[in-house]
Amino acid sequence: MIPDGASLMIGGFMGVGTPERLVDEIVRQGKRDLTVIANDTARPAVGIGKLVGAKLLRKAIVSHIGLNPDTQKQMMAGAIEVELVPQGTLIERIRAGGFGLGGILTPTGVGTVVADGKRTIEVDGKSYLLETPLRANFALVHTFLADYLGNLSYALTARNFNPLIAMAADTVIVTAEHVVPVGLIAPDHVVTPAPVVDYLVANA
Amino acid sequence: MLVNLGIGIPTLVANHVPEGVNVFFQSENGLIGTGPIPEEGMAHPTLTDAGGAPVTALPGACTFDSAMSFGLIRGGHLDMTVLGGLQVDAHGRLANWMIPGKMVPGMGGAMDLVSGAKRVVIAMQHTAKGKPKIVRQCSLPLTSARPVDLVVTELAVIAFPDERATLLETAPGVTVEQILASTEAELAVPDHVRPMQL
Repeated sequence: MIPDGASLMIGGFMGVGTPERLVDEIVRQGKRDLTVIANDTARPAVGIGKLVGAKLLRKAIVSHIGLNPDTQKQMMAGAIEVELVPQGTLIERIRAGGFGLGGILTPTGVGTVVADGKRTIEVDGKSYLLETPLRANFALVHTFLADYLGNLSYALTARNFNPLIAMAADTVIVTAEHVVPVGLIAPDHVVTPAPVVDYLVANA
Repeated sequence: MLVNLGIGIPTLVANHVPEGVNVFFQSENGLIGTGPIPEEGMAHPTLTDAGGAPVTALPGACTFDSAMSFGLIRGGHLDMTVLGGLQVDAHGRLANWMIPGKMVPGMGGAMDLVSGAKRVVIAMQHTAKGKPKIVRQCSLPLTSARPVDLVVTELAVIAFPDERATLLETAPGVTVEQILASTEAELAVPDHVRPMQL
């Protein structure tokens, strides 16, 4: 379903909350020239680190690559283009993409190299950078609970980018640790509403 | 109060909270109420810190997504952050996220933390391989245009009132002259410099 050259948002923070089964399948199929939008590239052989290790990425839009020497090496060699984005700006650009906004204004990065080539806008005497929305062809989401409709409820620190990327891609594919009957997740505990989920893969 | 700790030396701060001081630590991956490292066999795969290492959650802890986490940071809800540093300039501006051509870990949450936290404290070694880290002007890319509030090293505590590096405290057995010799930035020395209370 995912073609070569696709852009993917992938959930997880240092591999925690990453849909490992979907990552493994992409590696098995050897999909190439991928653009990944995610918090980080994890560690070698963990989560997104597997895609880096298999040299499947053309570009990574991430906040941190410090714990994956593979990514640093491929970046220095020019094999991967890495766009480093402050973490709070990255998640808001994704939120803007998923929530139908034309961008966000953030004070983060004003007066640093992050501001290069960006518009600075003053609001009530304070300077903000205009940061543009991010969207992707696919969002690969991992959740703790999903019901058969696709309502999702996440676990602890495995939530991170997952609910935001689930809003910001054309096709949303979810792996769930547990798939439960409809009604079992209380409405108040649903974090991602079912209508945004396209495919659900049980984590058997 | 709500406090966020960076990786490296700042992580050690959690071991030295005085009794009676009510602190909740935030991990920017989505946790308030981060507790100590779990005992052997008690690690939970989805309860981790910002480095992906297992932690515990204290009673009253809460978890949330990354937009909420950085809303807390950027929105002025974080009382303090303690971060590591590569360089701090004479005005208190920090560089801590890359050495061009050498080490490019990325800024992670550091730029948001320095822009948004009410109080920014840098915990770092005073020099790196004998070279001063408190410099006239940062040669490395800045983390934020906003100056930090305090720098704590093994030699000294330095603050930046009116964006001017000022010596507040000396470490036990360390003289003002030693500190000046290890500091490249011009350092104001008031009449009364306190010894560090350890």
